[in-house]
Amino acid sequence: MNKLKFNLRAAFPYTVPVLLGYIFLGIAFGVLLSHSGYSPAWALGMSCFIFTGSMQFVCVDLLCAPFSPVGAALMALMVNARHSFYALSMLDRYRGARFKPYLIFGLTDETYSVLCSTEPPEGADRDLFYFFVTALDQLYWITGSFIGAVAGNLLPFDAEGVDFVMTALFIVIFVNQWEDGGGRLPAVAGVGLTLLCLLIFGQDSFLIPSMLAILLALTALRRPLSNREGAEL
Amino acid sequence: MTRMQAFITLAIVAAVTLALRAWPFLLFPGGKKTPPFLQYLGRVLPYAIMGMLVVYCLRGTSFSSAGGWIPALTASAFVVAAHKLRHNLLLSVLGGTAVYMLLIRLI
Repeated sequence: MNKLKFNLRAAFPYTVPVLLGYIFLGIAFGVLLSHSGYSPAWALGMSCFIFTGSMQFVCVDLLCAPFSPVGAALMALMVNARHSFYALSMLDRYRGARFKPYLIFGLTDETYSVLCSTEPPEGADRDLFYFFVTALDQLYWITGSFIGAVAGNLLPFDAEGVDFVMTALFIVIFVNQWEDGGGRLPAVAGVGLTLLCLLIFGQDSFLIPSMLAILLALTALRRPLSNREGAEL
Repeated sequence: MTRMQAFITLAIVAAVTLALRAWPFLLFPGGKKTPPFLQYLGRVLPYAIMGMLVVYCLRGTSFSSAGGWIPALTASAFVVAAHKLRHNLLLSVLGGTAVYMLLIRLI
């Protein structure tokens, strides 16, 4: 029991930025869904069983459009393809971890960004740390979407712009990674190629080309990057 | 859309999402050694992806009006500067968000 508590305490500080972001984004999602005529149970169910931040907003649109199973599958495929990237880069970290099925299920943008750049703190149990970060994040998201679905319209607070929390979190992690010096070339490639694809393909369809371009670039850079192993990687 | 159709739509989204997160783990289960190329990707991808996510979050930036870029880019610069100076995660994230929320109301 003490061990659980200790690890929960160790995990919590890492999730605080996600707490803020997920509560407010969750509320926004809940409000949106209830405006479309779905009861809070739907919001709750979606956040429990799909748990895919941005795609849940897209789901609200899907639920208001004519029924199209193929369209829904394609949309989910395009919006969430980046999650395969996360999975690929967590293969070794999650190797042999307990709760692995749940960790995989809960691999959202935010959970990934916290876990890919963090070693469990001194004395923490790796598996429990991963589990608690994932579970706390989902708890925040569920709580937010439920509040939004039930009472969103009653909240007096003007939360426009609070979604910048996520942008800020990603920027901070980017800066941290930059300063650890382990992968500046991949970092530059990630920013540069994504910007390039944004300019070429426009903001509705640049994500997939960006991912392909990044994969190609990293493949091409494998030799130089691996040669500098130790110093650079 | 009927409630049944809604349920099917959501089930499809859930299945696709889970499949996207799970296939690498299913393809390379714990017992087998991860191929060197994927180990390499696992090391370098986080750096590239975080850059991609930052651009993704700022994709709506537009230079056709002041309100389209000043809030987001100022707040981003604030986050970078604050984090370089203080290395306090919460200060950087909350400060940056406060700057952004203030600016979109002013500009």
